[in-house]
Amino acid sequence: MKERERARWRCRRGLLELDIVLQRFMDKHYAALDEAGIRQFEMLLDFPDADLWHMIVQKDEDEGKADMQPVLRLLQSV
Amino acid sequence: MTVARRKFDAVIVGAGGGGMRAALQLSEAGLKVAVLSKVFPTRSHTVAAQGGIAAALGNVTEDNWHWHMYDTVKGSDYLGDQDAIEFMCRQASEVVYELEHYGMPFDRLENGKIYQRPFGGQSQNFGGAQATRSCAVADRTGHAMLHTLYQRNVRANTQFFVEWMGLDLIRDEHGDVLGVSALDIETGEVMILQARATLFATGGGARIFSASTNAFINTGDGLAMAARAGVPLQDMEFWQFHPTGVYGVGILISEAVRGEGGYLLNKDGERFMERYAPHAKDLASRDVVSRAMTTEIKEGRACGRDADHLLLKLDHLGEDVIKARLPGIREIAIKFAHADPVREPIPVVPTAHYMMGGIPTNFHGQVVAPYKTGPEEVVQGFYAVGECACVSVHGANRLGTNSLLDILVFGRAAGNQIIEDLKRNTHHKHLPGDAADKALARLARLDSQKDGENVAQVGDMLRKTMQAHCGVFRFADLLKQGVDKISEVAERVKNTEIRDKSRVFNTARVEALELDNLAEVAVATMVSAQARKESRGAHARDDFPHRDDDKWLKHTLYFSEDRRLDYKPVRLKPLTVESFPPKARTY
Repeated sequence: MKERERARWRCRRGLLELDIVLQRFMDKHYAALDEAGIRQFEMLLDFPDADLWHMIVQKDEDEGKADMQPVLRLLQSV
Repeated sequence: MTVARRKFDAVIVGAGGGGMRAALQLSEAGLKVAVLSKVFPTRSHTVAAQGGIAAALGNVTEDNWHWHMYDTVKGSDYLGDQDAIEFMCRQASEVVYELEHYGMPFDRLENGKIYQRPFGGQSQNFGGAQATRSCAVADRTGHAMLHTLYQRNVRANTQFFVEWMGLDLIRDEHGDVLGVSALDIETGEVMILQARATLFATGGGARIFSASTNAFINTGDGLAMAARAGVPLQDMEFWQFHPTGVYGVGILISEAVRGEGGYLLNKDGERFMERYAPHAKDLASRDVVSRAMTTEIKEGRACGRDADHLLLKLDHLGEDVIKARLPGIREIAIKFAHADPVREPIPVVPTAHYMMGGIPTNFHGQVVAPYKTGPEEVVQGFYAVGECACVSVHGANRLGTNSLLDILVFGRAAGNQIIEDLKRNTHHKHLPGDAADKALARLARLDSQKDGENVAQVGDMLRKTMQAHCGVFRFADLLKQGVDKISEVAERVKNTEIRDKSRVFNTARVEALELDNLAEVAVATMVSAQARKESRGAHARDDFPHRDDDKWLKHTLYFSEDRRLDYKPVRLKPLTVESFPPKARTY
């Protein structure tokens, strides 16, 4: 019901870099996500700050994270 | 309205390094401990600390806690309390080894000992050669510390209340602290967490400035709760500004850029630091560079449509050097300034970074305030550690790598003090009937407000006012106007309105409550800054450019209720060694 609000709060992080990128993502892309996209986003939000930031800026293709690639690409683009 | 109530031996607000270190001490002693955190504990702002932990282990070069103490006293511009500084520096090695024992994966030397690296402001032999004192886990020291402490707390059965926000401190008619009222963000439920000991470890509040390196969660919640409950705030005029935050977003561009040969330009393309610091130029100390940048902005030589930022040029270093030695910085510049430093300069401004002031405590972590007879009477049942506390080890200016040390030493010390105090206070004190009234009244006001102010707009006004009137370099006229302006903003904060009145995950409500807290911190800062007529450490005034030890070698205490200021002496006497008397601070 309050899925969006819950996600929005979980975008509050310890790193300012992530606060800003995740807020931009919420403003720009969150509303258009389908169920699978929302699940991917929530999986990404569960990563520790340092790891998530690394995934966003390094843009290396990681086989293990293939299932989150579509949302990760959006995060890399904002 | 009846409010649910739960009892603990100790309740801790904030789950960063300081809160979790204290919690561990208490849980391992068998006490029942609750830790509240707005976000998941390992996402606390401690995660952003990269530099390391200062400790005179002497693993790389000869070192001594007494040298570290000297550096800290001098760095504080003599406003630091020398008993607390001696206590911290003496315990540094022990808390680092303890953390190693808990599983912290410190970088190592070939011989297996903890690796140490040099950092600004650290010297050997009382101001001699550079010391090598910082213990780190690559550039993830804060991250590793949070994970280590969290795992250990889970094992020790610390009870975490995740996505809970402290609302107000509960005190009885004697002023004793009995716990906190808190909001479960997920359900919107208010609860009283009653405790024999209440510890605040809520971190900093640099979100009061438009340009801030702090994460969004750093809204000074603990300070505001203390201030609303009648506890003074100490030394709030002292905020450390970092010279190079990315314009518009605040993200820190490390000193490494200027270390590699990057330099600052004004709108005329002039390398202006040559005028302000002919020798050190762009590598002058943080306060010198930040002040020079602010002067350029004030005198109309800044860049951009609003003439409000400067440029950090590094393309002359060449693409290979930038990609090899500064990859993280290049990523940040591209992502946040849309400037690839290989080709174009990064727009930067001096950016608020760390709050030296806070809730006054002694070196046992006990909150102290002038109530009955002395200036430093213990507030029974109340403790504070870390950035939200002012113990005061950082005085007027903090040294890099001393903040992670601060939270470990005083987190543990407060834990030990609570264990002792609870042996004497075996029962929970009687909770007054109106314990949650203050918090409930604020929530009710928000729910019933009509034709009120927009939270985001008023917040923006608050941050702009602080930035313009109480930034790096302070001017008499701007401070005077600033006190009036920030008072007006604080009045508007009392009339904020939220459209969403629902209970479940109402983040608009949380942000309105955070704005209440920011307003307390902002007013305390402006009033304290206007009153201190000298320049010391991070507080730099145009009209009083020098330190004045005769008049101002004293701590400020700000009382929220009537915005009154009081002062108390700096503790110049260490525990066992000779005092370091104030002298000119040159590097």
